[in-house]
This record gives sequence, C-alpha cells and structure tokens, in this order.
Amino acid sequence: MSKQPERIFVKGNEAVVRGALAARCKCFFGYPITPQNEIPELMSSEMPKSGGEFVQAESEVAAANMLLGAGACGIRAMTSSSSPGISLKQEAISYMAGSNTPAVIVNMNRGGPGLGDIGPAQGDYYQSTRGGGHGDYRLLVLAPATGQEAYDLTIKSFDLAYKYRNPVMILGDAILGQMKEAITPWQPEGIDDEAGRDWALSGAKDREKRLIKSLYLEEGALAGQNKNLQKKYEDMQSYVEYEEFETEDAELVVCAYGSIGRIAKSAVRNLRKQGHKVGLFRPITLYPFPSDALLALAKQGKKFLTIEHNLGQMVDDVRLAIRTVADSDFAPIYPGNLPIPEDIEGPVLEWLEGK
Amino acid sequence: MSEQLVFDRPQSVIDRPTHYCPGCHHGVAHRLVGELLDELGVAEDAILVASIGCSVFLYNYLNVDAVEAPHGRAPAVATGVKAARKDKFVFTYQGDGDLASIGMAEVLHAANRGENIAVVFVNNTVYGMTGGQMAPTTLIGQRTTTCPSGRCLEHEGAPIRMTEIIAGLGGATFAARASLNNVKNIRQAKKYLRKAFQCQIEKKGFGFVELLSACPTNWKLNPVDANERIKTEMIPYFPLGVFKDALDEGGAC
Ligand SMILES: Cc1ncc(C[n+]2csc(CCOP(=O)(O)OP(=O)(O)O)c2C)c(N)n1
Repeated sequence: MSKQPERIFVKGNEAVVRGALAARCKCFFGYPITPQNEIPELMSSEMPKSGGEFVQAESEVAAANMLLGAGACGIRAMTSSSSPGISLKQEAISYMAGSNTPAVIVNMNRGGPGLGDIGPAQGDYYQSTRGGGHGDYRLLVLAPATGQEAYDLTIKSFDLAYKYRNPVMILGDAILGQMKEAITPWQPEGIDDEAGRDWALSGAKDREKRLIKSLYLEEGALAGQNKNLQKKYEDMQSYVEYEEFETEDAELVVCAYGSIGRIAKSAVRNLRKQGHKVGLFRPITLYPFPSDALLALAKQGKKFLTIEHNLGQMVDDVRLAIRTVADSDFAPIYPGNLPIPEDIEGPVLEWLEGK
Repeated sequence: MSEQLVFDRPQSVIDRPTHYCPGCHHGVAHRLVGELLDELGVAEDAILVASIGCSVFLYNYLNVDAVEAPHGRAPAVATGVKAARKDKFVFTYQGDGDLASIGMAEVLHAANRGENIAVVFVNNTVYGMTGGQMAPTTLIGQRTTTCPSGRCLEHEGAPIRMTEIIAGLGGATFAARASLNNVKNIRQAKKYLRKAFQCQIEKKGFGFVELLSACPTNWKLNPVDANERIKTEMIPYFPLGVFKDALDEGGAC
C-alpha cells in the first residue's frame, strides 16, 4: 500500500516558507512587519538548517538590496514583507527588473494607505502589477488563495524568476498569511541550482568578467534594454493561470482574486443553492493577466462584476480584457473591514435585481 | 645596461582612459584597489559592488565581476552577495554622498553585523557626479552649489567623520583614514587598504578605509591647489590614521 502524503496544519506564512525551502531557497532577507512575521521568524531557524543564509536587515530598503546582491549571484533568494515595507522595497525591485535579476518577493498585503491597519486588503494590486517603482517594467505576480496554493506558487515562483530572469511577486494578504489550514507538502524534482551559470557573478576566473547593472548611458543603449524587457514581458504572456468555477451556464461572472476569490467561491456556492446563475473567475497570475480567458467568457455574452478588497484596481484589467465586447461593474470591500461571503452575495444580489 | 620596467598597469586594471577630470583622485584609488587585488591574489574571486557617483563606472576599469547598487545601498547589496557566495572577495567602493548621507544606515549596519566585506570610502567633501552639491562631509565654510555662502554649523550641522563612527561599532575589524594628496600618503593608503582587504581574506570581518580625495572641478581649484587644500583644510578636520584594528586579535565580536 502506498503511503498517504503527509499533511501539515500551518498558517499561510508557514506554507510560503515550506514552499521556499522545498524550492531550495538559499538566502532570505527580512524585516519585521505584521501580518508576515512568521516568514522571517521561521526562516531564521530553517535557513541555517538547510545550509542557507538568513539576515535580519536594518530596513526593507536594505533587505531588498540584499536580495539584489544574492540574485545577481544566481542564488535562489527571497524577501517578504507587508504593504508599508513593500513600498520601501520598490527601489531595489526596479533595479532588479532593470538588470534582469531573478528574485522572489512576498507581500502579505495589509490595509492602507499609510500605516493603515494590520488586517487584510488588496490595495497593492496596482503597485504589484504595474511595476511599483520607477521605470517601465513588470513583475510576474502570483496570487494564492489558499495555504496549498501559497506552497505551490512559492515553489513555482523560483522557477519563473529564473526562467525569465525577473523578479516575481507573491501577492497574498493578512487572511492568507494568518489563517491556519491543512496543506500537503511535496518536493519538486529537477531544480537547477546553477540556472545562472551563464550570467551570474561568481568571480571572473577563466572567463570574461560579468556585470549586472541597469545604467545604460550610451546612445541607443537604454532604448535597446527597454525593447529587450518588453520582449520578455511579451514572452511572459503565455504563462497565465486562473480558476473558473461554475462559469459554464453563468449569466454573471464574479471576478475576484486571492482570499477574496476564495470567499467569492463560497458566495457563488450559496447563490447557486438559491438558484442564481452566477460563476467565478479567479485570476491566479495577476501579471500576466488572463485576458484571453476572460474575453472568451465575454464573447459568450456573460456579464461581469469585479469585487476586490480595495476601491477598484483589478477591475481596470478586467475591463481592458473584455473591452471589445463587454464591460465590468465593480463592488468594493473597504480595506479595514474583514470580508465574509455576505459582502459578496450582497452586491451580486443587488446586481441581479437591477439588471 | 638593459632596461628594467619598474612601473606598469596592474593586471586587474583595464587598459582604457578614464572619464575622470584632471586632478581627480578616483583614478589613484582605483589603481590602489587594482594593485591589491593582484598582490593579494583575489582578482579572480572578486565581486565589486559599485555605487552611484562619479565612480559608478569603476566596473569599466577593473577586470572583475561587478553589480551596480542603488545610491547608498552598496553595503546591503554586498551583504547579499556575501550571503550568496561566502567564498568570494566582496568589496564596495563609495563616495561620501553615497555612503555618509543616503547610505548611512546600510554602511553602519553592515559594519555592525561584522559583514566579512571591505568598504573603500572616497571622501571628496562634495557630491561630485551631480555637480558639486553639499555633502555630509563638506567642511564648515566650504562653498558648494547648495550652500553657496559656505556650509554653516548652525544651519547644516558639522561634517561627519565616518571612520571614527565605524571604528566605534562592535562589528568593525579595521577602520582607518588615509589621504591621496601626495605620494607618501598614497603609500600609507595602500597599507591601510591592504589591511582592510586582509580582514576579509582571513575571514575576520569588516574592513573600512576612508580616502581623502580631491575634486578640483567642483572645488574650483587647479589640481595642485586641490592637493594643498587636502593638507591645509581637510586633514586638520579629518585626521589620518588607524582608528580601529582588531585584525590581530582575531577580528571583532
Ligand atoms: C536615489 C538617488 N538619489 C539621487 C541620485 C543622484 N546622484 C547621483 S550621484 C550622486 C552623488 C554622488 O556623490 P558622492 O557619493 O559624493 O560621489 P562622487 O560623485 O563625489 O564621487 C547623486 C546624489 C541617484 N542616482 N539616486
């Protein structure tokens, strides 16, 4: 009889750490901020055990720059924070994007703007999907909705960072980070620890020296670099993930991501029991955005209601995706409020009554 | 009698003209670094963390692997490089605007953690690259483009003595200040740099050397007078010497 895979009961933050360890992350740079503290705390004991390095940085600015240094060496490296800290990381994130440096950044989104609160929110959607720092660049952005997805997508994020030589952001929130649930860990096969062999810094021994930089002053050089980045972002478009739930006969499709997507799934189940033809579209990659799949639904004549834990950000991407044939309405859940299925059922029922 | 070559370009220094102004000391500092990379046999293991300032192009002049750090963040980037590649020789090279202003937190904490890296700090009392604005090291009374009447103690505060601050941190192993204004001082500078580099090679922690350097263009002096200014104005305020040396004690703790 084959052994049942072992399940563990952990917070989303721990699921991220377990995923990173399974992906053979070898450097972690952190700074305390709620609601992500379990990540640096656990990393501080787990990194050394697996032969890696943990540094508690003096600030998120420094932590992200340490990440830049480790990424430039082609080592699987990671940092984590929550919204105010992620703002501080934007400097290095822009440099990493500009110098094709792979790295993984986790944001357990909390309420904003400013110091906001320590509860869940999705106010950092624009910041994550539009680059966030200065210049024209994009991150790959993955939005897990469950502890299991947090584990799976963390593993995937390292592969993607190295595949595209680009920073990858995992965008969760306080619900994902703090909620405990059962997950099934698994060990990925065939990780290439030397994925940076052709470009990473290791000392110019028996080869030409290498340079990781984002400064391009020579005539035409920066335009060339921006063209190369653009080409990379085009290549990334083929990598999309999303979940569709009960969309087949749905008249109205609720678009929601992350924890809100998960709560929306419960709402859709409840509404289905009441006989309403509603479904859910949940983007898992926020950049690249699963536009084609949404457009396909729009072409079937479905209507859209985007619900986010912010004042309307992803709805822009939904509208862009379907703009040739349809539009999306929007209902906010205000950052600061803890969302429950009724927060989604309410606006959906209102929409259905008013249609 | 056959001719003997007594002075040549160090192997680690690339044979190309630099972009520096006449009388600028960055070139001298680059050469000292290059000579030591060769003499200590670490060039092939070296990873340079370049900073933002006139010396950002150091990576074009040294034949070593390099990464470009954001303004002031070189010690943090170097911390990451060292965490990733403990067996490599990692060093930063930073100006006084970069290190003593925007990068104050990064250098102090890297020093205090006792990061096993070397920091070369070029103090020319101005932001050279951006056109000679006031730096944290600008001397009282010195005129710059952002303190045109001269730096004033009451208004801008006193110039920061970085080496003394670094020397006061538990994690620093070696901290010294030298000057590049004459041959004697340049030779002393090389001795200090050698010690700072040695700290890392022997895995004994953070090595720091401040180099008092001329910026004739922004000081609006000719190179000879700029050297003289270092002697008469800078050295009296920024005394030369070793401020901490725990190398023989087995490093800092
Ligand atoms: C975040 C940021 N702020 C400002 C600048 C502009 N800047 C470029 S170089 C520099 C000053 C460098 O001066 P210093 O460190 O003293 O070196 P020097 O040029 O004198 O050698 C500044 C402020 C920048 N590149 N990045």
